[in-house]
Amino acid sequence: MSTETNLKTRLITDFHAREAVMNGEASSEFHQKKRAGLAQFEQLGFPTIKHEEWKYSNVRDLISVSYDFNADSSIGLAELEDLKVPAQEANILYFVNGRYNAELSTIISPVEKVTISALSEAYKNDPAKVASHFNELTKDAEDAFTALNTAFTQDGVFIHIPDNQSVEHPIILRFVSDAREKNVGSQPRNIISVGKNAHVKLAEAFRTLGEQRSFTNAVTEIHVAEEANVQYYKVQNESDNAYHVGTTQVRMLDRSHFYAGTVTLNGKFTRNNLNIVLDGEHCDAHMYGLYFPDGSQHVDNHTVADHQKPNSESNELYKGILRDKSKGVFNGKIFVRPDAQKTNAFQSCKNIVLSPDATMNTKPQLEIFADDVKCSHGTTTGQIDEEALFYMRSRGISQPEAMSLLMFAFCADVVQQIKIDSIREYLENVITQKLASK
Amino acid sequence: MRITFAGNYHELSFKYKSVMLSINDLRASIEGKEILKGINLEVKPGEVHAIMGPNGSGKSTLASVLAGREEYEVTGGNVVFDGKQILELAPEERAAEGIFLAFQYPVEIPGVTTINFLKTAVNEIRKYKGESPLDAAQFLKMVREKAKLVSMNDSLLKRALNEGFSGGEKKRNEIFQMAVLEPKLAILDETDSGLDIDALRIVAEGVNSLRSPERSTIVVTHYQRLLDYIVPDYVHVLYKGRIVKSGPKELALELEEKGYDWIKAEVEAVG
Repeated sequence: MSTETNLKTRLITDFHAREAVMNGEASSEFHQKKRAGLAQFEQLGFPTIKHEEWKYSNVRDLISVSYDFNADSSIGLAELEDLKVPAQEANILYFVNGRYNAELSTIISPVEKVTISALSEAYKNDPAKVASHFNELTKDAEDAFTALNTAFTQDGVFIHIPDNQSVEHPIILRFVSDAREKNVGSQPRNIISVGKNAHVKLAEAFRTLGEQRSFTNAVTEIHVAEEANVQYYKVQNESDNAYHVGTTQVRMLDRSHFYAGTVTLNGKFTRNNLNIVLDGEHCDAHMYGLYFPDGSQHVDNHTVADHQKPNSESNELYKGILRDKSKGVFNGKIFVRPDAQKTNAFQSCKNIVLSPDATMNTKPQLEIFADDVKCSHGTTTGQIDEEALFYMRSRGISQPEAMSLLMFAFCADVVQQIKIDSIREYLENVITQKLASK
Repeated sequence: MRITFAGNYHELSFKYKSVMLSINDLRASIEGKEILKGINLEVKPGEVHAIMGPNGSGKSTLASVLAGREEYEVTGGNVVFDGKQILELAPEERAAEGIFLAFQYPVEIPGVTTINFLKTAVNEIRKYKGESPLDAAQFLKMVREKAKLVSMNDSLLKRALNEGFSGGEKKRNEIFQMAVLEPKLAILDETDSGLDIDALRIVAEGVNSLRSPERSTIVVTHYQRLLDYIVPDYVHVLYKGRIVKSGPKELALELEEKGYDWIKAEVEAVG
């Protein structure tokens, strides 16, 4: 039996073992959805590179070992200090090894503006509501990792913003893998529902403590109602032994605005799926991404802008700097459905490859079924601009300093899109350090 | 056969001044093709030298080689600047020693503001010289004064370097950078190209305001018109990689009137 089958079998066995001790809860809607997720996962199995969506991202290494998905952690604030993605006054929720840690968390926004709770708590309080939203947007049949997450969902965040509310303080979700003692796994599920004309800024930050392996399989579902405005950022600064697969599934309704920023600073293997369904007219979706792999790191961003209704716009800019033997993958899909006339869709992916051993695979994929649309895409992969470098050096700026400035500038148009000040400043600092370190 | 006209030039120069820049039999090629075929030139403090010549004669190559552009391979000769051999120095070291190249095509650098770029440059040069960096207030004060000196609009300072600047704004930004960095030797590479007469005058006024007995200037230009505003002490004609004629400022007028053909004919006759 191969290791791959091992992990799959272990997970399935584990699921049934848990189910056996659930008593009456096993018949709940929530659990039935999980069971369906498991069946889907069982059928799909972990993807191989023969799978079109996983052609350049091999998960063999990820699934070659086992992970403890129920690892306890004694982590306290002191140990988290170095891992902090700093925040100004904000709602901060900690998830350690995938489970909510109330002691470490702070919720400051008033309940009339926003309901923020751990998914586990929300389920206890209102099982029907949580169960109905759970897995409403995600598509288990299309992705084994999403199906796996569905089957094993234990915790995450459940956020509801009522109509017409503007949440002043950002909501920051900090996911910490405590991998000091053993290989740990976590499968958080976040469900975020933003009401009509409501405004919110959200961030997910992923960090690792310790040198053992961590495997995070995160899924976030975001409902964006009419005229809502959502800023959503994902920041990954994990260890060199961190494996991360994540899917963010978004559904937008009429005249809503959605901004996503996905920044991968560090991690052994990262696969981000960002799927946005523009299921309304006059919506605009914005996707920004930035990644900096070095060593033998692997970063894969798959995005989907699925235009289903007329008169909407999607706008995408991903940028990467690749060093050493790192690998990058970008796959950007734009679907324009037959009804989606007058769609504007733009996509751009720009990369700087600093080493002959680093590789970048980019694949724009446009499928257009309407005739009155404006779509464009472009990808560039190159080295640092020698003319710009010489210009700076001719003014007395040393080569390393000039390189840093140019690369920082390259990142700037993505970083500037991050509208949570403390996170943007954090990114600027980490990026500056990273650029200076080589 | 190699011809040099350095002798003519020496008769014109003032012997008592020390030499700031001495170019001796400089040869350079790009992709195996020799462009500079033995350049000799001396520049003393405070002097303005114009390098003229037909297209493809090697004018911009000379400017680039002096500034240290790495695409060019120096295949012979040497360049002494302020007593130092500079051909082995990196571009940033030459800049710190006091050489400034105003680009024919200033580069647009999105994401880096002019002010941040210049602050980095000034402090890197200060570091090279063993001086402590300027603090933000000192730097800002100095930059404002210099901007005024070359009629540079303050609002351009906060914008990304040259990004979306007009041709005139880009060239003015070059002169502004020169004012801030205070080089000993400024090399203006076709600074007049792409400028209308008003922009040309403003840029030239900027250059003139920076003239001093200690600062030398090399003006590389195809046309005489820039020299109406920046009046040179000497004019040299570069042709096929060599300085084939040198003379006083009147030579530029003669070239304007008669074109380059008579010089080409002279060279071919001798060669």
